[in-house]
Amino acid sequence: MHSTAQWRKNALSMTENSKASSRPTVADSTLSAAIEVDRLVKLYKQTRAVDGISFTLPRGSITGLLGGNGAGKTTTIAMIMGLVLPTSGRVQVLGHRMPEQSAAVLGRMNFESPYVDMPMRLTVRQNLTIFGKLYAVKNLADRIAKLAAELDLNDFIDRANGKLSAGQKTRVALAKALINHPELLLLDEPTASLDPDTADWVRAHLERYRKDNNATILLASHNMLEVERLCDRVIIMKRGRVEDDDTPDAIMARYNRTTLEEVFLDVARGRTSGAREDVSR
Amino acid sequence: MSGLTLHCGISVQRIGAMILRYWYLLMSSWPRLLELLYWPALQIITWGFLQMYIAQNANFFARAGGTLIGAVILWDILFRGQLGFSISFLEEMWARNLGNLMMSPLKPIEFLLSLTVMSLIRLAIGVIPMTLLAIAFFHFNVYGLGLPLIAFFCNLIFTSWSVGIFVSGLVLRNGLGAESIVWTLMFAIMPLACIYYPVSVLPTWLQYVAWSLPPTYVFEGMRALLIENTFRIDLMLDALAINAVLLAASFWAFLALLRSARKHGSLLAGGE
Repeated sequence: MHSTAQWRKNALSMTENSKASSRPTVADSTLSAAIEVDRLVKLYKQTRAVDGISFTLPRGSITGLLGGNGAGKTTTIAMIMGLVLPTSGRVQVLGHRMPEQSAAVLGRMNFESPYVDMPMRLTVRQNLTIFGKLYAVKNLADRIAKLAAELDLNDFIDRANGKLSAGQKTRVALAKALINHPELLLLDEPTASLDPDTADWVRAHLERYRKDNNATILLASHNMLEVERLCDRVIIMKRGRVEDDDTPDAIMARYNRTTLEEVFLDVARGRTSGAREDVSR
Repeated sequence: MSGLTLHCGISVQRIGAMILRYWYLLMSSWPRLLELLYWPALQIITWGFLQMYIAQNANFFARAGGTLIGAVILWDILFRGQLGFSISFLEEMWARNLGNLMMSPLKPIEFLLSLTVMSLIRLAIGVIPMTLLAIAFFHFNVYGLGLPLIAFFCNLIFTSWSVGIFVSGLVLRNGLGAESIVWTLMFAIMPLACIYYPVSVLPTWLQYVAWSLPPTYVFEGMRALLIENTFRIDLMLDALAINAVLLAASFWAFLALLRSARKHGSLLAGGE
């Protein structure tokens, strides 16, 4: 795991974006980081959705990607998944270049996003069966039974996905995201539109999964409490750039704030002078 | 990784999973099943009675019994084959499931192969009852065409897949705003494929265009068989050669459109 000092150093180089000359080298695939993002740029016509960001996520970490609407979080995650091609820069996932070598890693990662749904007319069991087969999960029936027990799906496992409540759908989506025991889990707003109880329950499950499997989790969220609770590192994005990158405690200390929500508001409203001074020191 | 994987890296298990997905969907929705049956049945009844009426009043059609009904059945193989392919693809767009599939180990070629199998399944559900109706009501047995029917069928289904692959790529790239192309593109080639009339009816310059389309060879071949009792294998081989080129071109176009969709972020959007 990277030390705070290393992250802060990375944050400095990220702020400089493409000006920086020395970049992290690609590690041996056996020792590689879970995710390496290097000078990543995404242009949509004249709009810079992502503007030269770089970061490295070690295996077994949980990192929160914070930022307001349009900050570039979803585009960043989509580029990491290979759903969107970068305009320039490089993404490596589990030691393989994306999207060129995606066939080598797609079976070892998974994701959940509000931008996709699971087929509504199919039952929960049918959906999990299909995705289990796509991911070539061994002993699939046992795996589904285990997930159903862990995520409390048994009451509605033979009900059509379209007839579930928002909270039930989120648990099903999480089951799909975990069906292949992913080493890397990418989550975009994993608790959006959930009541506090269900959201808390989902967070507890994610923590347990990370701990039990030494999995790496990258999550984009607007929920600051969620990020504070789950993440051992936070990357704050604004207008396609990385504004800050450190542990939640270090970031809050740097902004002289007691919650990440206050930090978020400072960043969103441009009140970053305290932080800037500290980073530049 | 478990399951049968071919030498080219294509996983039979993943293709099977996708076929299972569409099968579950069909079985869970009676309107979808009814839609497969209703329109072909309506077509055959309408055109069958028209053929009966013409045959009673025209010597040529009396001799060429079955050309209209045969044309309707073969046209439906072409049209339904493409729809069967494209609708399965659209189901993923409507369900907003494409991102899940693109992020899974499923390869584009496996996805397309599962769609071709589904087009055959959907075609069988729609067209087999249609052929039985033709036998029962109009005494036209399309299976009586024998081995040539296999040649006709293969050439038409290959063309339908080419069109299906290409329009699916267009929808992938442009979102559901391009959905109408799925329903209408095949009709654009309808007048040129000479389904109900010989190629010689067309102006000379348009005949060149018509002969660039594999279905034209099939419908000419069908008329030769029904009117002259001659199986034109030369026409079938020509159609097969053009189909090979079309299939390769449509697959290349699909990959190019997929890449363009990734470039423009269309896989995340998926809407209009």
